[in-house]
Amino acid sequence: MIRGISRRTLLKSGAAATVFAPALVRRAAAAGDPILVGSMYDLSGGLEASGKPMYDVLNFAVSEMNDAGGLLGREVKVVSFDTQTNMQLYAQYAQEAALKNKVAVVHGGITSASREVIRPVLDKYKTLYFYDMPYEGGVCDRNIFIDGLTPAHNTQILAEYGLKTWGKKVYTLAADYNYGQITSDWVKKYVKDGGGEVLGTEFFPLDATNFGSTISKIQAAKPDWIMTILVGGGPISFYRQFNAAGLSGKIPIASTTFSGANEQLVLTPEESNGVVVAYNYLQTLDNPTNKDFLKRFHAKYGADYPPISDLTMASYQGMLLWAAGVKKAGGIDREKVIEALESGITIDAPSGAVTLDPQTHHCTFDVHLARMQDKQPVLIETFPQRKPADTAAVCDLKKNPREAKQYIIKVN
Amino acid sequence: MDLAVVVGIDFIYAVATLALISIGLAIVFGMMRIINLAHGEFMVMGSYSAAVAVHHHVNIWIAILIVPPVVVAAIGAIIERVIIRRLYGRMVETMLATWGLSLFVVGILTMVFGDITEGVPTPIGGITIGSYQASGYSLFVIAMSIVTIAGVYLVLRTSRLGLLARGTMQNAEMAAALGVDTSRIYAVTFAFGAALAGLAGGILAPVSGVFPNIGGSYIGRAFITVIGGGPAALVGTISASTLFGVINQLATFASNPVYGEVALLAAAIILIRLLPQGITGRYFRGSL
Repeated sequence: MIRGISRRTLLKSGAAATVFAPALVRRAAAAGDPILVGSMYDLSGGLEASGKPMYDVLNFAVSEMNDAGGLLGREVKVVSFDTQTNMQLYAQYAQEAALKNKVAVVHGGITSASREVIRPVLDKYKTLYFYDMPYEGGVCDRNIFIDGLTPAHNTQILAEYGLKTWGKKVYTLAADYNYGQITSDWVKKYVKDGGGEVLGTEFFPLDATNFGSTISKIQAAKPDWIMTILVGGGPISFYRQFNAAGLSGKIPIASTTFSGANEQLVLTPEESNGVVVAYNYLQTLDNPTNKDFLKRFHAKYGADYPPISDLTMASYQGMLLWAAGVKKAGGIDREKVIEALESGITIDAPSGAVTLDPQTHHCTFDVHLARMQDKQPVLIETFPQRKPADTAAVCDLKKNPREAKQYIIKVN
Repeated sequence: MDLAVVVGIDFIYAVATLALISIGLAIVFGMMRIINLAHGEFMVMGSYSAAVAVHHHVNIWIAILIVPPVVVAAIGAIIERVIIRRLYGRMVETMLATWGLSLFVVGILTMVFGDITEGVPTPIGGITIGSYQASGYSLFVIAMSIVTIAGVYLVLRTSRLGLLARGTMQNAEMAAALGVDTSRIYAVTFAFGAALAGLAGGILAPVSGVFPNIGGSYIGRAFITVIGGGPAALVGTISASTLFGVINQLATFASNPVYGEVALLAAAIILIRLLPQGITGRYFRGSL
């Protein structure tokens, strides 16, 4: 707080030097200094298995940009912060990136909890923020751009597919923090809209490993199918214990999260076959841009690199979106870049066309429904150019540019 | 009726896993009075040795039942020699040392295997009970838990080593005066406790998955069970596991697993308040 007050007093005093000095510094930087990009991923401390590949694809995007002559003729340099799965460090590093390194943009944050830590900090210090992750939807803030899936993109598709294919009675297992809680409310809404019923919803911490009683309760409730919104290393045991009880294939599973952290790699095919997922990106997508991306990426990081999941790809595509905005703006001035990004920018990404929606700062893109088979997602159907309808229903940044909050769905 | 059987298996399974993760600590803490805060990591090392053995195409039963106790017993013997031996009778120092050890082991495991979840496939499929399904492996865990406890009972009760161990733990000086090599007995007993922890880790690996930090989810429950059980290592472990396991499952079925854990902790606090010496401090006195 003290820092804030002293800064304000300085500004109020109106000393000419304080107004002109930053302008001078900025002009000097434009002469060819590198453009700094802050990256904040958990590279240790629990979520590193998710954070490491995100960090790799972000750096891959930057290295390709630099090989092609940089962005607007300037080198792009990644300033990396290892947030160690620690919320305190997120707050600290966000400040450091904005004030000390003065980065042009911050990419990162994995859990929704961490995003809500960084978002107000970067708002306050007027530093552009890209959150490149699927999440529960509803963030309405002019300073943030989000290229991940929200419930209207994939949860709705999964719910409708389940209701149509398997039946009307659903049982939900969800992660016990804002992502799981809010997404499970969306499941309730979509299932109810489709004339179905959610028989039960259970929440699990990220390290829960004992699902015996849950599996018995599911059997007693007799649902037609199960929706899993589980996150973390522990809950992988659900699929294992579910199969050990001989239920795999008997009660089908749809999931908003499965394979996002390559869960299928530590499970046997029998334990993961048949789980239905819906993502913007699947490594198995058959299009030239994706094939070319995989060829270049594997040439640099090795052919045995673990499968690129949707969560990972979002970091790559987020970087491309931001770069397209900078190119269009002709500089890294935050206001100009936001305006450029709000002009309806589209990139040709490995997942198909990705377009930024000016009204919500979320994305419109293809969503692919797939079934896990022998540790690979096999495409069932493509839903072209899905809009972020959940957030669009409550958020209009063109009309209310000063908004900076997260809307949360109410289900009765 | 079928559901009652399935739910009944869940209850017994909860009791059996509690007993399984606690029995090694019951030996090390209950008998030897060593507060081993690295007990969870001993289990994790057992799980990892099972996972590594499976990856090297060792027969799954050998990988789960033989490899982990042997590997962890060896590691336990080394740790006893290097660290624990210097700290007998100094509870606070042992606590610090074993806590450091636990951090060290987590760090090493993360360095070697990475912070990702390893899997061990479940060797037994599901079984059908009427219109319900139950995990065959749960029944196996229950059976192994009974076999383990019976084995510990036989070793302590009938073998010469068990007699010497019990004598040494009761009165080390007297045992030494009678010609027992007490430092060797301590080392063997510690390694025995470590082997039991490793065995528990091996048996539970297919159910829970294996990652470096999973020890944290075992250690709390293990200590609560052993302290709730009181001075008699075996009867204490069995009675406390039964009490806490049943309460945990009742709450889990009534609400969800998180409240199940809460109920277990609440029950432990009340129990320790009413019976500060644990269950066997009041009942079943003088048993093993």
